[in-house]
Amino acid sequence: MSDSPRNPADPFDPNPAEHELEAHLQTRPMEINMGPSHPATHGTVRLKIVLDGETILKADPEIGFLHRGFQKSCENSTWTQVLPYTDRLNYVSALCNNFGYLAAVEKLIGLEIPERAQWIRVLGAELHRIHDHLTCVGAVSLELGGFAAFLYGLEARELVADRVTELTGARLTTSYGRIGGLNRDLPEGWTERLVKTLDKVRELCDEVDTILTRNRLFADRMRGTGIISAQEAMDYGFTGPCLRACGVDYDVRKANPYWTYDQVEFEVPVFQNGDNYDRYLMRIEELKQSDRIIRQVLKKMPAGPVLVDDWRIALPPKPDVYGSIEGVIAHFKLVMEGVQVPAGEVYHATESPNGELGWYIRSDGGGRPYKLHVRAPGFPILSGVPRMIEGKLLSDLIPTFDTVNMIGGEVEQ
Amino acid sequence: MSTFAFDKVAEKFPGAVLERYTDRAGGAWLVAARESITDVMSLLKNDPELDFKIFTSIDCVDRLLLPDSDPRFEVVYFLYSVKRKEHARVKVRVSEDDPTIPTITSVFVGANWWERFCWDFYGIKFLGHPDPRRILMYEEFKGHPLRKDYGLRDRQPLIPERPLKDLFRGPGTSGPAA
Repeated sequence: MSDSPRNPADPFDPNPAEHELEAHLQTRPMEINMGPSHPATHGTVRLKIVLDGETILKADPEIGFLHRGFQKSCENSTWTQVLPYTDRLNYVSALCNNFGYLAAVEKLIGLEIPERAQWIRVLGAELHRIHDHLTCVGAVSLELGGFAAFLYGLEARELVADRVTELTGARLTTSYGRIGGLNRDLPEGWTERLVKTLDKVRELCDEVDTILTRNRLFADRMRGTGIISAQEAMDYGFTGPCLRACGVDYDVRKANPYWTYDQVEFEVPVFQNGDNYDRYLMRIEELKQSDRIIRQVLKKMPAGPVLVDDWRIALPPKPDVYGSIEGVIAHFKLVMEGVQVPAGEVYHATESPNGELGWYIRSDGGGRPYKLHVRAPGFPILSGVPRMIEGKLLSDLIPTFDTVNMIGGEVEQ
Repeated sequence: MSTFAFDKVAEKFPGAVLERYTDRAGGAWLVAARESITDVMSLLKNDPELDFKIFTSIDCVDRLLLPDSDPRFEVVYFLYSVKRKEHARVKVRVSEDDPTIPTITSVFVGANWWERFCWDFYGIKFLGHPDPRRILMYEEFKGHPLRKDYGLRDRQPLIPERPLKDLFRGPGTSGPAA
């Protein structure tokens, strides 16, 4: 607003005081609820917002509407039965959750899985990273009014989901993988279709990139909004794209490589501003890197078994179950009692699309987890959202909430 | 591994280190004294050689059913150092009679929600916490559901449940069916 003084003697003053003609209204901060069922909250988060005009004075996310007792359920299931619950943590990248959990259990057992299984896990995790990032980028675009990019993003995502369906049997709740490897190998002719899919997905990603990245309307709402500094991001516990957008180069895949990530070439993009636009660019760049990883995996993946041949851990092949007493017994004990994981504790982290997915597992030596702590990447990020939007405009909340990509399933367990 | 970091903690705060051990997978653990958890966290974060700047998570373990169950609760803290490329694993043991720990929100602001989580599900009180509310469960909820003596099938509905006998609710066998 212009503060230049008006000359009352001059009726043609080009700078009249702007407040002169406005009715003087008493204003006071207004408390409004956004959610728990709001199109932009992706799941069920209730944000209690105190507004002064359009400025957010205070925001208080209230979570728990999607709480379903994940840990309690897991403590009362066998180690293998936990797997379907992990699908439902981040339902957009279920394979990353499945494999992250299995990797933690295998680390506690001290089990090395077959090489082919390790490659397929890298493949699956990267496939779902593409799936997750496409959803995030599409949703950002949609909520800022760009319907076209959303449709391109979703078209690409559905192609990926089709390949995942062929691989695992389900679009979202994959439950793929078992302790000691994978429950099945890649389907016949799947890799050829995957390569074609990747070509198409890359094309669609470029389309999304073209529509959004240099779009003035889009960039204006993304640049400089939802900023967080590297120091604060680390204090809150940000990881993944949200942290790397602030200039901190931390990716579990590079820092502590697991499976065969040390045998593929890829770069970890890092941006400096820590705003919505950089978080968006992070995802666009990571899409390209994941594509690159998958193509290398397809070239380097060796043939071989995908499940350890140890009947104390993995189910025996069906002919052995029906044809030998040892097979029946092993099968029966695994199904009824579960894998006997030695007593102890372990913390294991993998890189999920939104950041570090950590598992702290405690076993008492039985067939069920004694304690299963999941460090969902969205939880600390959501706790930092008020810091990113307080004092900013209400309209900045929408892109900020989108680019942090909070997923209700994992945050609220 | 983070033994170097814990050597440094032991050197600086000898009274803070109650026990050190390595878990099955080779992770180094430090069992810290309850009173000095803020000092330990602050040292791990601010020492330029250690630089455990990324706050990872906090959770709690109820050891009620484990062979070694005294004191009953273990609160576990995880930090990450980009410089050293490793996690720090710290735990604090508290008894059932006095489940209190000083908050570390003054060191890591991100501990806020995790400490609320531990209060919500295990009933650990964090002294000096700026916002000591429940986080996932509702305010009217009584008790702490992840404690091992909270029954799997216990229910506290805010509105009456339908009078149907549901045999299949929840996995496992503990607790009476509703």
